[in-house]
Amino acid sequence: MNAAGFPLLSLLTWLPLVGCVVIMAVRGDEETVASNARWTALWTSLIVFVLSLILWVKFDKSTADFQFVENLAWLPQYGVNYRMGVDGISVLFILLSTALTPLCILASWESIQKNVREFMLSFLILETTMVGMFAAADFVVFYMFFEAVLIPMYLIIGVWGGPRRVYAAFKFFLYTLTGSVLMLLALLFMWRVAGSTDFAVLLKTQFAPAAQTWLFLAFFASFAVKVPMWPVHTWLPDAHVEAPTAGSVILAGVLLKMGAYGFLRFSVPMLPQASAYFAPMIFTLSVVAVIYTSLVALAQEDMKKLIAYSSVAHMGMVTIGIFTFNVQGIQGALFQMLSHGVVSGALFLVVGVVYDRIHSREIARYGGLADRMPKYALVFMLFAMASVGLPGTAGFVGEFLVILGATKVNFWLAILAATGMVLGAAYTLYLYRRVMFGSITRDDLRGILDLSPREVAVFAPLVVLTLWMGVYPSSFTSFFEATVAQMVKTHTAAISGAVQIAAGVR
Amino acid sequence: MNAAFNWTLALPEIWLACAAMAILVIGVLSRAEATVTATLCSMFTLGAFLIAAMLVLMGGAGVGYKGQFTVDAFAVFMKLLLMAGAAYAVILSLDYNRHAGIARFEYPILILLSVTGMMVMTSASSMMTLYLGLELQSLALYVLASFARDDLRSSEAGLKYFVLGALASGLLLYGMSLVYGFSGTTDFAALATALKNPAAVSPGLVVGLVFMLCGLLFKISAVPFHMWTPDVYEGSPTPVANFMATAPKVAAIALLLRVMGFMFGGLVAQWQLLVVIVSIASMVLGSLAAIGQTNIKRLMAYSSIGHMGYALIGLAAGTADGLRGVLIYMATYVFMNAGAFACIIAMRRKGKQLEQIDDLRGLAQTDRALALFMAIFMFSMAGIPPMAGFIGKLYVFLAAVQAGMWTLATIGVLTSVIGAYYYLRIIKVMYFDDAQPAFDARPASLSFVAWTTALVTTFFFIVPAPIVTAAEAAAKALIR
Repeated sequence: MNAAGFPLLSLLTWLPLVGCVVIMAVRGDEETVASNARWTALWTSLIVFVLSLILWVKFDKSTADFQFVENLAWLPQYGVNYRMGVDGISVLFILLSTALTPLCILASWESIQKNVREFMLSFLILETTMVGMFAAADFVVFYMFFEAVLIPMYLIIGVWGGPRRVYAAFKFFLYTLTGSVLMLLALLFMWRVAGSTDFAVLLKTQFAPAAQTWLFLAFFASFAVKVPMWPVHTWLPDAHVEAPTAGSVILAGVLLKMGAYGFLRFSVPMLPQASAYFAPMIFTLSVVAVIYTSLVALAQEDMKKLIAYSSVAHMGMVTIGIFTFNVQGIQGALFQMLSHGVVSGALFLVVGVVYDRIHSREIARYGGLADRMPKYALVFMLFAMASVGLPGTAGFVGEFLVILGATKVNFWLAILAATGMVLGAAYTLYLYRRVMFGSITRDDLRGILDLSPREVAVFAPLVVLTLWMGVYPSSFTSFFEATVAQMVKTHTAAISGAVQIAAGVR
Repeated sequence: MNAAFNWTLALPEIWLACAAMAILVIGVLSRAEATVTATLCSMFTLGAFLIAAMLVLMGGAGVGYKGQFTVDAFAVFMKLLLMAGAAYAVILSLDYNRHAGIARFEYPILILLSVTGMMVMTSASSMMTLYLGLELQSLALYVLASFARDDLRSSEAGLKYFVLGALASGLLLYGMSLVYGFSGTTDFAALATALKNPAAVSPGLVVGLVFMLCGLLFKISAVPFHMWTPDVYEGSPTPVANFMATAPKVAAIALLLRVMGFMFGGLVAQWQLLVVIVSIASMVLGSLAAIGQTNIKRLMAYSSIGHMGYALIGLAAGTADGLRGVLIYMATYVFMNAGAFACIIAMRRKGKQLEQIDDLRGLAQTDRALALFMAIFMFSMAGIPPMAGFIGKLYVFLAAVQAGMWTLATIGVLTSVIGAYYYLRIIKVMYFDDAQPAFDARPASLSFVAWTTALVTTFFFIVPAPIVTAAEAAAKALIR
């Protein structure tokens, strides 16, 4: 039935729920339950990760089609089926989700002490919804997972978050929901026109230009909030600051990618004319995001907030890359999404390390940590450099490709996008200097402990990934080369076709 | 007009009416304690529902009683749905009534009579049958609303419901007499045929239509005929509030679909805008007014007003797809509503029944299962996938989009976001706030209702096809 020989994608999607059932079945006193919940969640997510490596091995990089396809009748008379499948765009995001989840569970080993069982349940449900969303090859299935993500994330922020967690959880939920329901209308419209919600059918359907405009705006409402793009980014700093460390990691690592993934999956290939029409608007908003949020990041007093704003800036680069409609730009955007998923996730973990010890994220509270925590200083330095985009780290390749793609579109666009890199270096280095260097002024910092073996185990894979992506990017880009080339080709054909039709009419 | 009498079509209704009489006799003659008798009668009632459901499923389709009574796929779907709602209302009352000191055997009998009326409503194909069924169900409901007769709030609820309900019945009757006067027939099918000819449409007929619409909208508590709902829900015993939120709504929606969609199907242009306005007003009021509520029963009342607004979207579309959407919506609505009320009835601390939202604070820490159930129902009502409520919304919005009603669909989705706020607030109270002392142990009957409805609500998405197909067949029976 597919390359794996068994329904791999469904297994990856639903296996975490089996872990949930096991965790729910645990009985005993609080200590036993907590410990069992942790281990079950860790093992479940590790098994899912190992299974997902089959995708890495067996994925056929030479084709742009959907692979590992599964099809089950769901509502066949309406053209809606439970359809799973991956192509070059989505396959690596599934791996990113399955890789980050065990790390997050490991990172919350000690920092989550309240309601451990529920936390692990939420996290496994979150994994199901994330993987399912990237694996869906049917719009209705996609939408169900896309919105279902809100439920566990709302609970993670609201139950285990910081002092203003209720506000942040509501803001996160309602912002995203508002965007999503408008996308629902677009979904219903496309369903009606195409008679099916299969991605393959939708990709072949030509939507009238007037309808495309509205559809694009509806999608934009949903994905721009998710990415998030300026000016609808304000939920992100709140959500990040209040969420527990693991929540922030998943939020930055995977959830932000859902918006950009949506643009790549729906807006660009299905609505080519409208995408081309609205590209200048996207560029403007993205450039504003890159420069404005970088400046805002410079002024932050809270470490998590600073990284949150830097995320907005980095995702601005991604949206620029997507809407250049050339191979370099889109590949750069995809690579930037992956590297940002690893690097900013890692940076939130870095903040989590000191937060667990001192219980403060205020930058001024720290200083001189390099003296007491050499291992930590090394790890932090590496991820800070990757965030800045130092050659040899993951961050460089994506930003370089995006800027390359942008120069083909507009010189000034490239210049302005590149400004973001300079500003990025400024706020990141400034953060690093204030936290790590200088002399220790506070007593409690003198006795601070360096990374524990558990924390080393959390960071080691991320360090390896960051360097691997920076030194040998083709092992990642090769996954999406064929798909991106195909996408660019059809987009160019659609646009020139539209121009020819217009010329013919004249 | 169909000349055949064909009385066997009404077998389920006849069975229920006879069963009500028999159970009444058992209740009166029973020498056991009042609570025991009440439980016994409730069990008989549940059995009567079960047999009636089998009769409905096995019975044939057709038109009987010289055209006054129709059994089609639509009626079967609605009858099964409303009996499910009524059965839940009986089960929920078992413990509540005993606890509130109102465990009397009349309760299940009144529900049985009311359901008989509703079944007649859903099968009505003449205005006479319509009125007969409507009044039977309403009169039983008025008594049920004031069933806790020593409680001031309950008596007030019953009186309020009666006065306003009588007014609505009057409006309906007036509309029916106008329609009869201007068309010369009370038969739905004959009227539908006549109205295919535009010349048959007279202003008087349209005025009659509007009056009938108003009367029916009162029964589903759509804005602007919603005023009674919060007070009556708050005042009535909670199982009665649950009953009023499910079965009668299903029956009234069934009637609305049959009268508007079938009988006045030719006059879509005349009633469509009206239904659109009512639908928008209900959705907006349902979502905004609920935000400020502190009493959970009042909140559920506003929530049901909003839900009726969503269901009306499907009617407003005026197509078979729209009706299908309404039917699916009502099916999901009955289950999540019954479940939510089961959770509300379980809110009892040291023997005292609670109904403030604040009383749910920190429930996730003291009663994990109850909090999870409530969260499932709240997410479902907010329309978040993969819960059943989402599937219902999906189909009504699909119908609106197919009919090109963009304004209605857009306002609908946006109000559902506003509505999500107050559903989320309940989850917030349960999960994010600090714990209070635990609730009393739940009786098995409540757990049963909560479990079954939660399973349906959560896993409806896995196999939606049977209900969707049934709803499709039902809608096709009405609009071809």
